[in-house]
Amino acid sequence: MAAPAVGSRIKRREDPRLITGTGNYVEDVTPAGTLYMALARSPHAHARLRRVNVKDALQHPGVVAALTGPEVRQIVDSVPCVVDFPDLKKPKWPVLAVDRVRYVGEAVAAVVATDRAMAVDAASLVQTDYLPLTAVTDPERALRPRSTRVHAEFKDNQAWYSLTEAGDVDSAFREAHVVVKQRLVNQRLIPLAMETRGVVAQYHAASGLLTVWSTSQNPHQLKSQLAALLGLPENQVRVIAPDVGGGFGSKIDVYCEEILACIFALRLGRPVKWIEERRENFQGTIHGRDQVDYVEVAAQRDGVITGLKVKVIADVGAYWGFFSPAIATSTIGLATGCYAIPNFRGELYEVFTNKTPVDAYRGAGRPEAAYIIERAVDLVALELALDPAEVRRKNFIGGPFPYATAGGMSFDSGNYRAALDKALQSAGYQRRRSEQKRLRQRGRYQGIGLSSYIELCAIGPWEMGAVRVDAAGKVTVLTGTSPHGQGEETTFAQIVADQLQVAVEEVAVQHGDTAVVPAGIGTYGSRTTAVGGSAVLNACLLVKEKAFKIASHLLQVPEDRLTFAQGTFAVKDAPDRAVTLAKVAAQAYTGSVPGAEMGLEASAYFEAPNLVFPFGTHVAVVEVDPETGEVKLVRYVAVDDAGNIINPLTAEGQVHGGIAQGVGQALMEAAVYDESGQLVTGTLMDYAIPAAEDLPLFETAFTVTPTPRNPLGAKGIGEAGTIGATPAVVNAVMDALAPFGIRHIDMPLSPERVWRAIQESAKARPARRRGPSARRRGS
Amino acid sequence: MNRQVTLRVNGVTQQHSVEPRLLLVYYLREVLGLTGTHVGCDTSQCGACTVLLEGQAVKSCTILAVQADGAEITTIEGLARDGKLHPLQTGFWEEHGLQCGFCTPGMIMAACQLLERIPDPSEAQIRHGLAGNLCRCTGYHNIVRAVQHAARKLLETKQR
Ligand code: FES
Ligand code: FES
Repeated sequence: MAAPAVGSRIKRREDPRLITGTGNYVEDVTPAGTLYMALARSPHAHARLRRVNVKDALQHPGVVAALTGPEVRQIVDSVPCVVDFPDLKKPKWPVLAVDRVRYVGEAVAAVVATDRAMAVDAASLVQTDYLPLTAVTDPERALRPRSTRVHAEFKDNQAWYSLTEAGDVDSAFREAHVVVKQRLVNQRLIPLAMETRGVVAQYHAASGLLTVWSTSQNPHQLKSQLAALLGLPENQVRVIAPDVGGGFGSKIDVYCEEILACIFALRLGRPVKWIEERRENFQGTIHGRDQVDYVEVAAQRDGVITGLKVKVIADVGAYWGFFSPAIATSTIGLATGCYAIPNFRGELYEVFTNKTPVDAYRGAGRPEAAYIIERAVDLVALELALDPAEVRRKNFIGGPFPYATAGGMSFDSGNYRAALDKALQSAGYQRRRSEQKRLRQRGRYQGIGLSSYIELCAIGPWEMGAVRVDAAGKVTVLTGTSPHGQGEETTFAQIVADQLQVAVEEVAVQHGDTAVVPAGIGTYGSRTTAVGGSAVLNACLLVKEKAFKIASHLLQVPEDRLTFAQGTFAVKDAPDRAVTLAKVAAQAYTGSVPGAEMGLEASAYFEAPNLVFPFGTHVAVVEVDPETGEVKLVRYVAVDDAGNIINPLTAEGQVHGGIAQGVGQALMEAAVYDESGQLVTGTLMDYAIPAAEDLPLFETAFTVTPTPRNPLGAKGIGEAGTIGATPAVVNAVMDALAPFGIRHIDMPLSPERVWRAIQESAKARPARRRGPSARRRGS
Repeated sequence: MNRQVTLRVNGVTQQHSVEPRLLLVYYLREVLGLTGTHVGCDTSQCGACTVLLEGQAVKSCTILAVQADGAEITTIEGLARDGKLHPLQTGFWEEHGLQCGFCTPGMIMAACQLLERIPDPSEAQIRHGLAGNLCRCTGYHNIVRAVQHAARKLLETKQR
């Protein structure tokens, strides 16, 4: 029998079009007669918008139409947010600003012209009159009683508050041998998919059909939202997410530009296209992270952690994006990590500020949790002079599973120790430690950092998969997920190939078009394989059930006397009486089979019964140059456990990319606002993401602990790298800087920040100067 | 005040009257319909728009179509010969050097020039050679592998 496709390193089926420049991204879609949209945006973080006048813009050559806030508000009153909590303050987010602007880049007017450059020119002719107001940019200050309010209709800027408690936290802290405290800033990030956002909306008046090409991660949700917002029946809206150039969460949201393009298209009866400029992407697409976290750990002398207090102050920006209110709740839910910490208190303050809204960015609340607990564990180790690996081992959850955590989660399965041990072994941890000592004597500062992260995925509520075997025996798969780089055209084909015993090449996977795929939720939160793949698997089972019926009819034996192997149904004990799946399929479309309707296809909805929790241990090795503060990432070992892996090649790819983004946060990236609310890192010249030279090759491996919560036993690998990497790298840098007495530096650990910390520590404790001068003696 | 330009793109002579402010990348994408070349930024940082101009890797968002008048240009669409993929294209496929694929055409074109200059590059030389091209998906690991793969194949062919 052929080797199973699942688990094989099969190269991707989506690649041929992408490596030849024949992919089809939204920017490549230009129906005849397309008009181009451009927006006028607020230069102020907070201002009264006294007047918006589009008269001059309308007179510009080529301009066809324009819209302003009050007019649009008559049609759509708010950009949607689908999360609701009790007591959640939920202001409207006007599609175009009305009376007030609340962040730099907020859209105030839209114009449409016959060509891109004309539209941009015309947008610059929109006249506005602003009365600038004080901007609130610091979330902690925003919480103060007399702070300027971002939304005047609410009494303060606290958008939401929650308290999670388990065990007896106060006793744990009273009885602790040591208490470790730290304030941690998890800085704001720009998701920065290499393809910016874009939309093309086309209305066909005669049929009443609105077709929307969008860079969406979840076209079905976009379809439902647009239909509801525009008052159209859902069956008159079709959304197509063609090839999409990365998303990392930033393309989940329904944005004002999509709504505006549709309104224009409906009005003008011509296709309307908008492609985001990178500058707009920095200001107008959601941001990620942005928390100030206070952590306190109670521990025994031996390193056993007995209590944890976490206060999360989440800066959510000016408005709620699609999932925004839920993001930081994962930080609280996973704050205890993969450790058995019985006593826990988690407080969450979500706070409005005059900044771009924050929503899901790769990890979305979980990297923040991992950063809090993984930094805290290292600080406990430092305080007690214990090996950080040992402290982790002492505190790991050992089961039994399902395991109810203090943060309110039910962990499905896990073997945290195995992943740690494997990572330490691959990294040669003990050797590294002695090497580190030797190097220190020569004035070289190497650091080794660990992070044993936990991740949460398989977000529901469900996903749809459909499988059709045509009369020639070829298979078409429809999935409601919407991959944009993850490679499910390949991995889902692998799942189907094994189930139906066909070659991977004979399975075509379609996604991203709501007119082709009947229903779906989308791709985010590392849910695609666990939820979407399980739906496809279940659809295969239904197809097989039917195929058995047909085969039984063809072979004239009861179904329970049939086997299915190598694409052939055969009679047990009489293997020469057999019929191929292709033959069965042909029969399904030509002859009637008693008790079975025509055709060979099935669809299945997989409901995610509960979340699944991947985990792993990452080890980063860095070297810090004390003269310049520069951090060099020397080595990176990742051991991840995502349950069963469908395709190790693409799974590793996900880990690599995730690590790069995690390293980016640790060392380089920061969306910086000044006091007045200007985004000062607003272009790729000021906002650094890792380039090829900033990273080493990564050493990746997996341990396999399947989840019992779906039929694939798969968990999710899309965000793991990002979650694991940030604390691993920061822990490594702090480990390197330990001889200077430096305990913590907030990210990003840029050369300047590291250098300053070294200088300050040198000032504070001149004795530590021995470090750098030792090098001179040594060399 | 349009200007006349004549270019050879992927071996085909093209003649058009264009606005002087038209960037080469939009000339390729919108006038010629060669949408394989992408635009990822507005500050010449990302390299998604990289093409070969007279054999040199250039960021086509950073020159005007009129400046390229008379030049020979190769884009990603012109890389495969007689239906046979270029070794860099197979390298990216074999080594999983792409995920969303948006940076890929630019990466491949930049790598083309890199291998032209240094047929047997070290890992560091590859990373340095691609410093002007950003990828947000792959962490560059498999891009490095892809270029190494292509270098090996190209050397093998030369030795034959
Ligand atoms: S489009 Fe980014 S460098 Fe040309
Ligand atoms: S593959 Fe997505 S940006 Fe490189």
